[in-house]
Amino acid sequence: MSNFFSSSIGRKVTMSLSAIFLMTFLILHVTVNFTSVFSEDLYNSLSHFMGTNLLVQFILQPILIFGVVFHFVMGFILESKNRSSRGVNYAQYEGKNNSSWMSRNMVYSGLVILAFLAIHFIDFWLPELNTKYIQGDMSGMHDGAFRYYDELSHKFQPLWRVIGYCVSFILLSLHLFHGFSSSLQSLGIAASRKKLLKTIGQVYAIIIPLGFIIVAIYHYAIH
Amino acid sequence: MSVLKSNVPEGPIKDKWTNHKNHIDLVNPANKRNIDIIVVGTGLAGGSAAATLAELGYNVKAFCYQDSPRRAHSIAAQGGINAAKNYQGDGDSVYRLFYDTVKGGDYRSREANVYRLAEVSSNIIDQCVAQGVPFAREYGGVLDNRSFGGVLVSRTFYAKGQTGQQLLLGAYSAMNRQISRGKIKMYNRHEMLDVVKIDGKARGIIARDLTTGKIERHSAHAVVIASGGYGNVYYLSTNAMGSNVTAGWKIHKKGAFFANPCFTQIHPTCIPRSGDYQSKLTLMSESLRNDGRIWVPANLEDAKAIREGKLKPTALTEEQRDYFLERRYPAFGNLVPRDVASRAAKERCDAGYGVNATGEAVYLDFKAAIKRYGTEQALIHGNHNPTDQEMTELGEKVIEEKYGNLFQMYEKIVDENPYKTPMMIYPATHYTMGGVWVDYNLMTTIPGCYCIGEANFSDHGANRLGASALMQGLADGYFVLPYTIGDYLSHDIRTGEIPTDSAEFIEAEKQVREKLEFFVNNEGKHSVDYYHKRLGKIMWDKCGMSRNEKGLKEAIQEIKELRADFWKNVIVPGKVEDMNPELEKAGRVADFLELGELFAKDALERNESCGGHFREESVVMDGEQVGEALRNDKEYAYVSAWEYKGEPSDAVLHKEELEFKDIELKQRSYK
Amino acid sequence: MNLTLKIWRQKSRKDKGGFVEYKVSEISGHMSFLEMMDVLNEELIAKNEEPVVFDHDCREGICGSCSMFINGEAHGPDRGVTTCQLHMRKFKDGDKITIEPFRAKAFPVIKDLMVDRSSFDRIQQAGGYISVNTSGRPTDANSILIPKEDADLAMDAATCIGCGACVATCKNSSAMLFVGAKVSQYALLPQGKVEEKERVRNMVAQMDLEGFGACTNTGACEVECPKGISLDNIARMNRGFIGSWLLGE
Repeated sequence: MSNFFSSSIGRKVTMSLSAIFLMTFLILHVTVNFTSVFSEDLYNSLSHFMGTNLLVQFILQPILIFGVVFHFVMGFILESKNRSSRGVNYAQYEGKNNSSWMSRNMVYSGLVILAFLAIHFIDFWLPELNTKYIQGDMSGMHDGAFRYYDELSHKFQPLWRVIGYCVSFILLSLHLFHGFSSSLQSLGIAASRKKLLKTIGQVYAIIIPLGFIIVAIYHYAIH
Repeated sequence: MSVLKSNVPEGPIKDKWTNHKNHIDLVNPANKRNIDIIVVGTGLAGGSAAATLAELGYNVKAFCYQDSPRRAHSIAAQGGINAAKNYQGDGDSVYRLFYDTVKGGDYRSREANVYRLAEVSSNIIDQCVAQGVPFAREYGGVLDNRSFGGVLVSRTFYAKGQTGQQLLLGAYSAMNRQISRGKIKMYNRHEMLDVVKIDGKARGIIARDLTTGKIERHSAHAVVIASGGYGNVYYLSTNAMGSNVTAGWKIHKKGAFFANPCFTQIHPTCIPRSGDYQSKLTLMSESLRNDGRIWVPANLEDAKAIREGKLKPTALTEEQRDYFLERRYPAFGNLVPRDVASRAAKERCDAGYGVNATGEAVYLDFKAAIKRYGTEQALIHGNHNPTDQEMTELGEKVIEEKYGNLFQMYEKIVDENPYKTPMMIYPATHYTMGGVWVDYNLMTTIPGCYCIGEANFSDHGANRLGASALMQGLADGYFVLPYTIGDYLSHDIRTGEIPTDSAEFIEAEKQVREKLEFFVNNEGKHSVDYYHKRLGKIMWDKCGMSRNEKGLKEAIQEIKELRADFWKNVIVPGKVEDMNPELEKAGRVADFLELGELFAKDALERNESCGGHFREESVVMDGEQVGEALRNDKEYAYVSAWEYKGEPSDAVLHKEELEFKDIELKQRSYK
Repeated sequence: MNLTLKIWRQKSRKDKGGFVEYKVSEISGHMSFLEMMDVLNEELIAKNEEPVVFDHDCREGICGSCSMFINGEAHGPDRGVTTCQLHMRKFKDGDKITIEPFRAKAFPVIKDLMVDRSSFDRIQQAGGYISVNTSGRPTDANSILIPKEDADLAMDAATCIGCGACVATCKNSSAMLFVGAKVSQYALLPQGKVEEKERVRNMVAQMDLEGFGACTNTGACEVECPKGISLDNIARMNRGFIGSWLLGE
């Protein structure tokens, strides 16, 4: 099998499998976040469950982190190998005439998402680790109530953060616009040719980032 | 008694090939490993021969001037390949294919060769299907056939409009299999510049690596020339820019006789020329004539108005059109053989009825076919009362399925939509029936030097039928040469490897080098193309679709003068030891300048009209056939094989008398 | 029309190369792009300068020799054509046209605009064939029934002319459209099924060895392909490749 993973197609397949895993995770993430728009309680209890459940914390979370890291690392490896396959660059290259911006710039949309993730980790994940595993406070409570909803709405107070957040998700949307069908194509399913899959991909690429954006704007607006 | 021995086996025609195969010597597999064969050219003939010889166990060295064997010009053949399979049950048979080919060739081909060709034709289809050639199929999954110009049965197998491409890729894939096993050593971007003879036998070649310019010696026990035709002697033709006669001409100069050089085919359905800058002509498959009707305006004034752009062809009523092929040849109509169709178009254009700006074009109209298919399709779809528009749409769809890629190509080149306005076509040089003389075993008059495919003269006589070139190339390469070459090589099993440091190799290389150096050192003033274009014009005007004594004599003189001027004033920039396309061209045009003269000389000598060779002095004077070509079997039923003696004018004619025991000689009539 | 040509000139594989500007005048819209190049070359020869070297042969869009990257696109701005079929009517008087060779590490420049595409040959030698002896006597052609749809799809894939526009166009210099087409042609036919697994593995391995990039499904190759070879062929190859590992051995 080592030949498989060192081959160009094999690497594309791993890229696409990690992508599909991450896309599934995004559905879960946006669903939980969106509950904050209509039910503080539901959001709090879901967050607490995710934050304290052993299966989620010690099995699924490491897998997720591995998936994220793998997707980025493999993405950069492929990108650098692909770039070096050219040798001498063209003086004039009109990629816009034959392909979409999204498809040609996955590495850039990916980099923005990576930058976002770094901030995201600093904002939510590191404090969370600090609270739970360093200070040992697994209660999820603050001043007698669940802290999750308040933390969330607190983060979306500064306008610059909301704007940055929105921009990142627009880029995620672009990344997904190409990424969804591309991941299927790499697995041998010509998704851009099948109308249903194409529509699903487009709807997905809009709905998921839009969900995150609505949450951010909602919390900014109600305060 | 002629010096030419055709080596046709004895016995009834239908048993000749089988008997021959049963009695020729074979080389045992262990010995084949010690025998090298050089194949020059990797088109259908060369590619299939190289693959098959390698499979048999010989060590093959294959050469092509292109960057890959897959680009040989066989790739451009569009229409199809004939085979006497009789899948359609319309009465086809080996005999009928044989008969059609001999008759189509106007009785100037060797009967036994043609019969063998017809005999192996159906093996070719089996072979190609086995190697994955995607021939067109019917809905039931069986192979589809279509009919092709000049015959009454549907025996043509095809792969859209790209049959040549698919067959070549088949042969190329067979070659690849052998290259990967090391049985074929492939020399891409190499051009053969001479053959090396040792003790009278062909023992190797001198080739130039076109990338580095290095001159190389390659030895072998036999040399196979499969370098295609010489249509580019006309400058403008449907051949590829690089197609040339050099390999054939070099062996001619070393002793191989050159046969029937004047037999060239002018194909009726090419896209007309648009200006002087034109570098080549594009063929539209002959299959278009199955559905297209050829016409010119019936009135001179209309033709003039169309040329001036004042009148649209679609505006002319049926009465104002002259469907001249249907008028002159009611039995075959638009499907008359190529030579007949070409001359008829030229006749109309010469009379002033030509249609595009140059006056050298006739219409090929699909309106009737669109209507016919439209009606049929409407009925199939249950629409018994279709509107004109529905019918047109349905009909255009059928036409698109059949010829879509051709129509698209036409539109790209001419910038007109052929679904809406009739196509314009004009004849262009397409194929050369003449070539290096070979015997029944496909060996030239140089022992150990073979010639196959279009490069030889053998199977098409004075005119080739549509879809027969692919058949001949693959027949020679897959099924004939691999057997017959063994007969010769069986005497070479103890020879061992041929060294390349012998005096003969050194001398041949020296001569090649001197000539190349002459070109780059010559301080001339005209480019190679300048001479090539001028040669082409002489050939087209005086040795084209219609020839006469006066013109031919002038052509001989003019070519001679042009050649002298070429050697004095040609300019070739660059170096010998470098990639230098101008130098490649110079060598090729030098050979064309000699061949052209021999061509005219041969045409002059053959004072009869047969096939593609039309002599104005030899036409029917009265009766129903008045003005049609008149063949002269009594005086000219022979192959003209020319022996090189220095200048083309000194060439000596040898005649191979043609015997027709199994076929009755008849004046061709397509009325 | 009058045009300025900015052409890549490179003496040899090792030479660094660079652009040189030329002017051509009185170019007719009916000329093909290569005929326009002929005009330039004739002028250069008249000055005893070396003409611009480029690959070309059939000049009717089927041999796959011609290979120019014109104004940022393989085979220029028109669709469904090779450079030899591109006509000058696609340009306007006064245009400046940039002409570069097809660029990829696996397509090293030989001279000027001519590149070495023998990597394509080697990929095919790695398995682009059906192992059947030509000198054998195969069964009757009609004993293998092939559904018309499959035969047509195989034909569509087989239409590839091996020009390399896909590689030249692809931002990753990937050859997957070319390899996908070849793999597909055989995978779609019963004759080719027998060696399907081995073929796809060997051809992909050779493709990687030659230094082509990996596909990121931008679809540019399909758009620029003069023969309109479909991306479906890449999907089919991916399927076959994955299948060969999941189901093979």
